[in-house]
Amino acid sequence: MSTGLNVLDHVMVPDHKIMSEEEVGSLFSTYNISNEQLPKIYHDDPAVKAISAKVGDVIRIIRHSHTAGRAESYRLVIKRPKK
Amino acid sequence: MLPEQEKRISDADLTEKTKEQLLKYLNGRDIPAEQFDTILNRVREEYQKTRIEACEAVGIIAAQSIGEPGTQMTMRTFHYAGVAEINVTLGLPRLIEIMDARKEPSTPTMTIYLQPEYSGDRDKAREVSWQIEAAPLHEFGDITIDMENMQIVVHLNTAVCDKRKIAVSTIVETAPRKIRDRRHYRDFDYENNDQDATIVFMPKNRESYQNLFQLAEHVRNVIVQGIDDIERVVVRKESGEYILYTEGSNLKDVFDVDGVDTTRTRTNNISEISQVLGIEAARNAIIHEALATLNEQGIAVDVRHIMLVADMMCMEGEVKQIGRHGIAGEKESVLSRAAFEVTVNHLLDAAVANEVDELSGVTENVIVGQPIQLGTGDVKLIAKPMN
Repeated sequence: MSTGLNVLDHVMVPDHKIMSEEEVGSLFSTYNISNEQLPKIYHDDPAVKAISAKVGDVIRIIRHSHTAGRAESYRLVIKRPKK
Repeated sequence: MLPEQEKRISDADLTEKTKEQLLKYLNGRDIPAEQFDTILNRVREEYQKTRIEACEAVGIIAAQSIGEPGTQMTMRTFHYAGVAEINVTLGLPRLIEIMDARKEPSTPTMTIYLQPEYSGDRDKAREVSWQIEAAPLHEFGDITIDMENMQIVVHLNTAVCDKRKIAVSTIVETAPRKIRDRRHYRDFDYENNDQDATIVFMPKNRESYQNLFQLAEHVRNVIVQGIDDIERVVVRKESGEYILYTEGSNLKDVFDVDGVDTTRTRTNNISEISQVLGIEAARNAIIHEALATLNEQGIAVDVRHIMLVADMMCMEGEVKQIGRHGIAGEKESVLSRAAFEVTVNHLLDAAVANEVDELSGVTENVIVGQPIQLGTGDVKLIAKPMN
């Protein structure tokens, strides 16, 4: 990727942050879910590469929502399956 | 409003937008504590009422809410975006295209924003557009077919090259290379001369006129400046800045061009966005494109329905289409998949693979004639014996 491009600066890309283990733990207990139930994101996704997250990390995404103003979402980093 | 009251609003269990609005309306007003409590409680109550209830079939509601107005859309509309003569597919075909997650839309276009030092000046904007618009060799000079010597002579026009801000040496170097790499035509030799600004192409087979003319065709049309996929660029002034609209799309290469604002430039090719900017950007693009397509037709669909569709499409980390090869085809339940499309294949495959249906979804339970797990159907009563 070129030096001038930082995907996180683009208006269409919301904030991506890696969550700490405690944060992930409290997320799972509040919603009573396991990491398999989260939406996924591939390890070679440009935004994942930009924040250098690893497979198995949970990413907090802070979106500009049309309805709520600010909405949090979570994605689990997984390996891209081979076709 | 007291600072303590402001803090109570920002700590309340409400959405950011509601909080902002509340702060805006109450700002500068003197509100007694009692009244403030009432206001906050009522707002909170109203907000709770607007939330969707558990076991509400949001997917069905979204499908109907998009589908019904969709029947009123014009079947085939082509629309010239504003005054620029760029043709984009709109209406129902475009909506179908978005939902099908096509690799390439039928009319890919980009909206290229420029960096501040370029966006105010028409000439500078034009310069950027030359870096982007694909220009074939015949625009830069005269191409003559020399039948006597079985060769093709290209005389570059230096004035045009200067105007287009491209060095003669660059064209001389790129033209033969591009014919080989991009057009996959290799049966020729060439001689170039930077001083005279000429290139001479000779086919390997010097007996055949057909080959000569074939080569001439390649020489005429080889792209020597700009990005190959972008056929046309239109410069327009909008709200005080120059913006480039293109026919054809290549986000990655356009980002590498000097003067392009890489934070705002966008394309209508969703799969390209997901590759270059990631899945979250693709989700935003789906919402934006679908909403824009519907609004252009004067159809008001609540964003929440489109957001749900976009969320489902981007759930697995890549953009999945809504249909047999995407979301509907990957459902857990055999009966649910069979109810959608290609029934026999699904039933046969499921029988061969010894699949089990848990009967947890709506479709399956309708098929077998059980109450569905929605609304009152979701509630199960467990009675304890009296003694």
